[in-house]
Amino acid sequence: MTYAADVAALARKDLLLELRAKETLPAMLLFVLSTLTVFHFALPRGAGGLAALGLLWVAIVFTALLGLTRAFVAEREQGLLDALVLAPCDRSAIWLGKAVAVLAFLVAAELVALPAFAAFFAPVGARTIVAVVLADVGIATVGTLLGAMAVAGRARELLLPLLFLPLAIPIVVGGVGASAGGGSRYLAFLALYDAVFAVLSWASFEYVVAEA
Amino acid sequence: MRFGERRVFNGVDVDLGAGGFLLVTGANGSGKTTLLRVLARLTAPSGGELELPERHAIGYLGHEPHVYRELSPLENLDLFGRLYRVPERRERVGMLLERFGLWDVRRERVGSFSRGMQQRLGLCRVLLHEPRLLVLDEPYNALDAAGGELLDGLLAEPGPARIVATHEPRRVERLALDRLVLA
Repeated sequence: MTYAADVAALARKDLLLELRAKETLPAMLLFVLSTLTVFHFALPRGAGGLAALGLLWVAIVFTALLGLTRAFVAEREQGLLDALVLAPCDRSAIWLGKAVAVLAFLVAAELVALPAFAAFFAPVGARTIVAVVLADVGIATVGTLLGAMAVAGRARELLLPLLFLPLAIPIVVGGVGASAGGGSRYLAFLALYDAVFAVLSWASFEYVVAEA
Repeated sequence: MRFGERRVFNGVDVDLGAGGFLLVTGANGSGKTTLLRVLARLTAPSGGELELPERHAIGYLGHEPHVYRELSPLENLDLFGRLYRVPERRERVGMLLERFGLWDVRRERVGSFSRGMQQRLGLCRVLLHEPRLLVLDEPYNALDAAGGELLDGLLAEPGPARIVATHEPRRVERLALDRLVLA
């Protein structure tokens, strides 16, 4: 119960920070809408729904990357990780609280992105929505861990994409496969990815933030 | 302590009991901050032995006040009070905000504060969980005369072991039981 309360307090803090600063979510919304607009004009007529679905996933991954780049900005600028890691709470609660907040930002961005995609390209099916939700969980869990790793480095803005994009490839494969009617095995693949990387991230966050 | 090939300091021997007070001085780049981070369990030493209290019994204030600028003092201290398992959190938070002259601005955003007020809030955060070891790196930074006197009073109180690095050693020399000069 204490663990859940710690996670809730940390996630609430991140949502409150964003509610007041309004830096991350507006940027994500603007980015995903701009990207879909560019794709709408860039995609040749008659290119088909499958190509458009691929572009949807490209937009989702890069929008997520934008959000992840800012995930630890407050902690970095004020040296707050020092204060957080000295607390007696389980350090994985810091990761989970941040991942929950990132997930909320992703869901909010997609509440705008999916209707925009439907307006520009083609209707979004239930299977695509489920795939997006599963992908969001994977992006939030892995991305938050990598964000914490990158924040410690000097070239953090370069480091995060280099770490994140290779690990996002399975998400794109699963997402495109599920959206394109590839059957439930792609959804199962995404769920398995989520489970594996959630456990790995939960267990390894301690070592990412702890030096001593 | 080494960073790659560079030796930051060597042969430091510190023995500090409850109520002890160690003053750390030295020129810029002599390793004061690194030593304090080692003693606060935030940086692993490259060698030697350390016997320190558990990490949650340490109160560390570095060069930044370690508070969220978009939150109010009340929200900051409430968050850290929860994470540090502070009993009777609200009373403790209220007492510290009163003591450091931040009660009247408790609901305002920290980002609108002067650096000195942020430093006062940083000190509140450090004291919130009544640590057994206080590690303060340049705690007089940005404090005005009244803030400096508040800190003087705090450091003079018996209780936790205190390790203070400062470029203003005259302020605390009379309190320090030990002094470490890093070259």
